[in-house]
Amino acid sequence: MTRTGSPHDADRGSGGAAPSVVLVTGVSRFLGGNLAARLAANPAIERVLGVDTVPPSREMLRRMGRAEFVRADIRNPLIAKVISGAGVDTVVHAALSAGPGSSGGRTAMKEMNVIGTMQLLAACQKSERVRRVVLKSTTAVYGSGSRDPALFDESMTPKDLPSGGYAKDAAEIEGYLRGFARRRPDVTTTVLRFCNYVGPRIETVLTRYFALPVVPTILGFDPRLQFLHEEDALAVLERAAVEEHPGVYNVAADGVLMLSQAVRRAGRVQVAVPAPLVGPVGRFLRGARVVDYSPEQMRFLNFGRVVDTTRLKERFGFHPRWTTVQAFDDYVRGRALRPVLGAERIEAAERAVLQAARMLH
Amino acid sequence: MVRRSGKSDNGTGSEGVRVPEARVIPLRADETGGRTRWRLGEGRDRGNRSGGPARGGTEARETGREGTRPRRPAPAPPRPRPPLEADQVGTEGGAVPPVAAVPDPEPPAWEAGLEEVLRFLRRRLSGDYTVDEFGYDADLADSVLAPALRPLYERWFRVETIGLQHVPDTGGALVVANHSGTLPLDALMTIQALHDEHPAARRLRLLGADLMFRLPLVGELARKNGATLACNADAERLMSSGELVGVFPEGFKGIGKPFKDRYKLQRFGRGGFVSAALRTGVPIIPCSIVGAEETYPKIGDIAPLARLLGAPYFPITPTFPLLGPLGLVPLPSKWYIEFGEPISLDAYTPADAEDPMLVFNLTDQVRETIQHTLYRLLSQRRNVFLG
Repeated sequence: MTRTGSPHDADRGSGGAAPSVVLVTGVSRFLGGNLAARLAANPAIERVLGVDTVPPSREMLRRMGRAEFVRADIRNPLIAKVISGAGVDTVVHAALSAGPGSSGGRTAMKEMNVIGTMQLLAACQKSERVRRVVLKSTTAVYGSGSRDPALFDESMTPKDLPSGGYAKDAAEIEGYLRGFARRRPDVTTTVLRFCNYVGPRIETVLTRYFALPVVPTILGFDPRLQFLHEEDALAVLERAAVEEHPGVYNVAADGVLMLSQAVRRAGRVQVAVPAPLVGPVGRFLRGARVVDYSPEQMRFLNFGRVVDTTRLKERFGFHPRWTTVQAFDDYVRGRALRPVLGAERIEAAERAVLQAARMLH
Repeated sequence: MVRRSGKSDNGTGSEGVRVPEARVIPLRADETGGRTRWRLGEGRDRGNRSGGPARGGTEARETGREGTRPRRPAPAPPRPRPPLEADQVGTEGGAVPPVAAVPDPEPPAWEAGLEEVLRFLRRRLSGDYTVDEFGYDADLADSVLAPALRPLYERWFRVETIGLQHVPDTGGALVVANHSGTLPLDALMTIQALHDEHPAARRLRLLGADLMFRLPLVGELARKNGATLACNADAERLMSSGELVGVFPEGFKGIGKPFKDRYKLQRFGRGGFVSAALRTGVPIIPCSIVGAEETYPKIGDIAPLARLLGAPYFPITPTFPLLGPLGLVPLPSKWYIEFGEPISLDAYTPADAEDPMLVFNLTDQVRETIQHTLYRLLSQRRNVFLG
């Protein structure tokens, strides 16, 4: 397959007719909104519906063009009416929320994630027209720990099930989708397990984390991180929406960055916090509404996580355009993060040292 | 400064030159001394190395020390990494052809060395290096970790390698070794042996226990030094991508065995390493390490304390915990690392990994080979410390 990225070579993709009516959840957020915008730009698609509990920003609405925004709560059975009424044949569930801060606390987040998905899938099951369901999941379902293999592939399961938070939600939701696929074998289901997104525009826990002038890390641990550029994330979601790609896929860019390396590339100052102090520091930062540290996030900062994307490349036919390093650099440039310790300053120091050494001799 | 004293020592050797130049010449001679020493250290074959200590004894050590000291104050503003500096200079020096002690307008060798150190520091500070998916940081391993361990390898344990020709220059292979010595110095020394002495400078990718990756700092450094978790997924991924993988199937049973059981191989796990090799079709290279058992003779074990710390054992050695941190200094035993003839698995198919009988037989074969090599090496050894 050719490298992807442009939205229109998608229609020529492997099998399956382009959908006529697409429903995208979570359009008030970056991925959902921009996905709706991309799909709306595709003339082969008749109608694009965007659903969320809060309306998207004015700019996002403008970008979404002919896509229609439906203010609805997927936890409410009314969503079934939207799906059957509009004759939706493809559902992209991109509403899975990672941060309790942005969705009003952990309870609300869990309700939105889990109950919302159950309700949405129930509505899909009732509708005869639905042909394809795409779920935006996360590689957090693999967990993160010292007993993990270096790379996870899609067939692996975590050593111990995620005890709570985002990862648990995602694992449960994937379970519901598997149940749905059993009950409706005629519907193609695609699960995309995304790693952490970075990019000039997207807002995530990690993008806020690296924007801190002083980045707290855990003393004696340097996790391996893997990123995905926001544009690549959108491209994969779009292709999954318009092509037939049944199955589960890890979605991540090539290459890895160590946390310490990423901090330095962003020009931040790393402060290693001893593990026993991590809790209080994390609580302080959460209290100050700077960064949301959940226990799973802490484990992630201990051990990191890297996934194998062979299946994405070979079966799905998608090659991310940005590597992990390029994506991260694009984020640093795009945010115009002013390096605390910039390249120029390092070079100047280097010259000064050389000068001084020459003088001494 | 220290440099000055060194100069006056050597300065007597060169004479009849004008004063300002006379200040330069000894410096250069000094550096060439350091350089020769480091080329010895870098030497790939045994002949080269065994020649080293004879002439390198005190003189090399002096030049080495002199190389470090004047540089220490210099790169203070970026984060200083003291052990690396001397070595960086050394490796750099090794690349430059030796210059005769003639004054020439080119910048002196120490400057090139210093530049190299600063380049390295800049790379590190700006995050401009690549790490592979397993977390192996080649830049750090080659520039800091390997040079830091080299003195231990060359001077303290005086490691001698045998049968390096059995390790292929390219392609995947599985090195299976005996584990001993309370602390996994044998793992580090085997990495060093293959990196410094193998003609292809092969990098041994170790498979470690999960406990190691749970420990702060240790786990981090282990990953950066090329280790990964001992599980089939990682082992097969490394071997099928043509890496040289090292494993110690005895695990904690081997490394933590009491001193009275020295050189008695423990059970070889469940043969997971054999099935991984069968699935990827790489040869198994038995590796026998003599000398590591005597580094920290474990004569006792405080089990309750170990349980409290979550460690597999809490060793008592003749010097630890009696002498406190000083007890962490390993005894300077003389080491031999012998790589045996590879056991080719070409005759089998990946499906044979499902045959437990075959896996057990192969595991036994590897174990017996290592055990017999150990006995042979031990019978040839006259003295624990002198070899």
